[in-house]
Amino acid sequence: MHFAFTDDQKMFRDTVREVLQRECAPEVVRATWEGRPEGVRAVWGTLAETGVIGMTASEDAGGMAMSELDLVLPLEETGYAALPGPIVDTVAVGIPLLEAAGTDAQKERWLGPAVVGEARIVVSFEDQAVVPHAASADVLIAQRGGAAYCIPVAEVSVSPEQSVDRARELGRVAFEVGAQYRMREDVDAAALFALGRERAALATAAQLIGISRRMLDMAVQYAKDREQFGKPIGAQQAIKHRLANALIEQEFARPPVYRAAWSVATSARDAGIDVSLAKIYAGQAARFVAKEALQVHGAIGYTIECDLHMWMKRAWALAAAHGDAAYHRERVGRHIL
Amino acid sequence: MDLNFTDSENAFRRECRSWLEANVPRESLPSGDTKEGFALHLQWEHTLFEAGWAAVSWPKQYGGREATLFEWLIFEEEYYRVGAPSRVTQNGIFLLAPTLFEFGTDDQKERILRPMARGDVSWGQAWSEPNAGSDLASLKSTASRVEGGWRLNGQKTWSTRAVFCDMAYGLFRTDPEQARHRGLTYFLFPLHAEGVTVRGVDRLDGDEGFAEIFLEDVFVSDADIIGEVNQGWQVTMATTSSERGLSLRSPGRFMATAARLIDLYHRYRDRSDPVLRDEVIQAWMDAQVYRWFTFQTVTRMTQGESIGPDSSMNKVFWSEMDVRTHETALAIIGEALELDEGSDGAVDGGHWMKGFQFALAGPIYAGTNEIQRNIIAERVLGLPRK
Repeated sequence: MHFAFTDDQKMFRDTVREVLQRECAPEVVRATWEGRPEGVRAVWGTLAETGVIGMTASEDAGGMAMSELDLVLPLEETGYAALPGPIVDTVAVGIPLLEAAGTDAQKERWLGPAVVGEARIVVSFEDQAVVPHAASADVLIAQRGGAAYCIPVAEVSVSPEQSVDRARELGRVAFEVGAQYRMREDVDAAALFALGRERAALATAAQLIGISRRMLDMAVQYAKDREQFGKPIGAQQAIKHRLANALIEQEFARPPVYRAAWSVATSARDAGIDVSLAKIYAGQAARFVAKEALQVHGAIGYTIECDLHMWMKRAWALAAAHGDAAYHRERVGRHIL
Repeated sequence: MDLNFTDSENAFRRECRSWLEANVPRESLPSGDTKEGFALHLQWEHTLFEAGWAAVSWPKQYGGREATLFEWLIFEEEYYRVGAPSRVTQNGIFLLAPTLFEFGTDDQKERILRPMARGDVSWGQAWSEPNAGSDLASLKSTASRVEGGWRLNGQKTWSTRAVFCDMAYGLFRTDPEQARHRGLTYFLFPLHAEGVTVRGVDRLDGDEGFAEIFLEDVFVSDADIIGEVNQGWQVTMATTSSERGLSLRSPGRFMATAARLIDLYHRYRDRSDPVLRDEVIQAWMDAQVYRWFTFQTVTRMTQGESIGPDSSMNKVFWSEMDVRTHETALAIIGEALELDEGSDGAVDGGHWMKGFQFALAGPIYAGTNEIQRNIIAERVLGLPRK
C-alpha cells in the first residue's frame, strides 16, 4: 500500500500550475465569457507544448502514453485556473477513444493535430445532445445507436445554448448518422464509451477539486484582507469555522478522486464504484465550498465583478455533469445494498 | 502509487484474521466502563498480549511485533471486523505509550510498557480540570518540589475509567511564576496512593466511565516525570496529533460500523424509505473515504512527514461521521430505539442506542471540534488569531 504521487507526477503538476498561472489569469476566463476566446487558444497551445494535451496519446502518436493517474493532478490545475475549453473531452476521453476506435484515416486526420494542440476534440455520449465547447472544437466523437462516429465539426450543426457558466460555450449538436463517419466496427464501442464515461466523470471530479481549492484560496485571502470592527473578518470564529469546514470537505474529496484515478488506470475491480465516490465527494465539496466562499465574501461575492462567480458557476455545472450525486449514489447503492 | 496491499501485508491480515476468529470471545463482554466489565476486558487484554497482538506496532522487547503502520491499520480492520472487545487499555497504549517512545527514559519504558500492554497496570488520562477544559493551558493543579520528588495538588476531571485504573498521567504546574502553557510538567501518578480520591461520574449512557480525581499532597518521584521539567506542554502536544489523527480512531472501527448498519438496513428494509437508503449509502461511503484519507496520511508518515495540525480535520471528520451513522441506525430501528440494553425487545441488544450515546462524545473529547476548527483555521489556513 502506497498512497502518494511520484515526484515526477508532482513536478509535472507544478509545471502545469505555472503555465496556467502565467497564461490563464482570471481575465482570460472572463474574456471567454465575453466572447473573446483568443487568450484561451494561446493557453491551449502552450499546454500542448508542455505535453499536457498529448499526455494520453501513445508514443507512436507523439504522446506520452500516460494514464489517469498522471492526468489527475494536471486536470486539478485546470480546474484551479477555470481553464475554458474541452480539455476533459480532448485529453481524458477523446484521444483514447480516437486511438482505440478510429479508422486509419480518422487517426491520420485528427490524432496528430490533437496531440500538438491544433485540433480540439469534443465527445457526445449516447443521448447527450448538448456538448460544451462544441462550436469551437474541430472534431466530434459521438455514440449514436450504440455505434461510434467521428465527425468534423464543420459538418455538424451546432446551435448555441447558454450555460450559467458562459465559458462552457454549450452547443446543441446534430449530424447525419452517415457511414462515412463510422469509427471501426471491429471494436466494442459500447465498452469503449462506457470507459469513456468513467474517464469523463473522473476527470471532471479532478477539476472540481481544483475549483474548490481556488474558491477556498479566494475566500481565505478575502478573510485576511477585509477588515470590519477594526480587524480582519477572518479573526472572527464564525468565519474561521466556515472556512475550516470548507477545507475539511475539500481535503476529504481528494482521496476518493486519487483512488479512482488509480483504479481506472489499473483497471481495478469495481473501478466504476470508485469513480462514483470520486464524483460525489468532489461535486459535494465544490458546491459546499462555493456557498461558504460566497458567504465569506459577502455582497461583493454576489456580483459578477468579483471573479468568484466564474468558479462557482463552473462548480455548479461540473458537479452535475457526467452523473450528478443522485446518479452516482444510486450506482453505489446497487453495489453495496 | 500502489493501492494494492503487498504480499506481506496480505499475509499479515490472514494471520490477524485467523487468530482473532479463533480467540475472540463468542459472547460479547459486558461494558468495559463498568467494574465487572473492566476486569473481563483486562483479561482479554492479557490474552491479546500473550499472543503478541496487544500492541502490534511496538518493538518486540516490549511485547509488540514491530508491525508497520499499515499492518497496524490492517490489524485494526480485522479486530473490529470480528467484533472483538473494546480496548480498555487504549489510554495507555495509544496515548501514553507514543509519548513514552518519544520522550521516556529507557528505565521508564522498561518499567511501564509491558505491564501496560499485558493489562496488569491500567492507565487513565488526567488532562482536564473543572475550569480548564478546552482552555487546557489555564490548568491550576500544581506539583511542588520536595525532598526526593514532588507533591501533587489539585483536581482533575473527565478521566476515562479512572475509577478502575491503577495509574494516571497528566499536566501539573511546576513553575507558578509562568503563565499558561509555560511552566507545566508531564507527570505519572498512582491512583491508589495516599492523598488521592477518585470519584466516579456516570456518563450519558449511565456507565461509570468518567471520574474526578482529587489530589492532596500526593508524592511522586523524579522518575515519574516524562520529558523535562516545565516542558510538559511540548511533550503533550507532540503526541496529541497522533491521537486526533490516527491512533485514537482507525478506519477499521467505522468500516465495521458501516457494515453492521447495512446488515441492520437489510433486516428492517420493509420500514426503510429512500431517504434512509441514501443515508446508509452515505455512511458506507464516508467510512470508505475515511479509510483512504488515512492511507494517504500514513503514506506521508512512512515518507517521514509528520501529521501536524491537519490531524484536526481527521478528528472532525470521524467524530461527526460516527454520530451521523448512529443516527441513521436509530432512524431505521424506529420507535424500538428507546428499548435499552436488558430489554427483551431491544434491537441488537440496545447496542445502537449505546453506540449513539458514545458517538455523541466524539465531537467533545480529545479537543472539542470547535477547538479543532480553530486549529484548522489558524494553523492550516493561516487566519489571524485575533
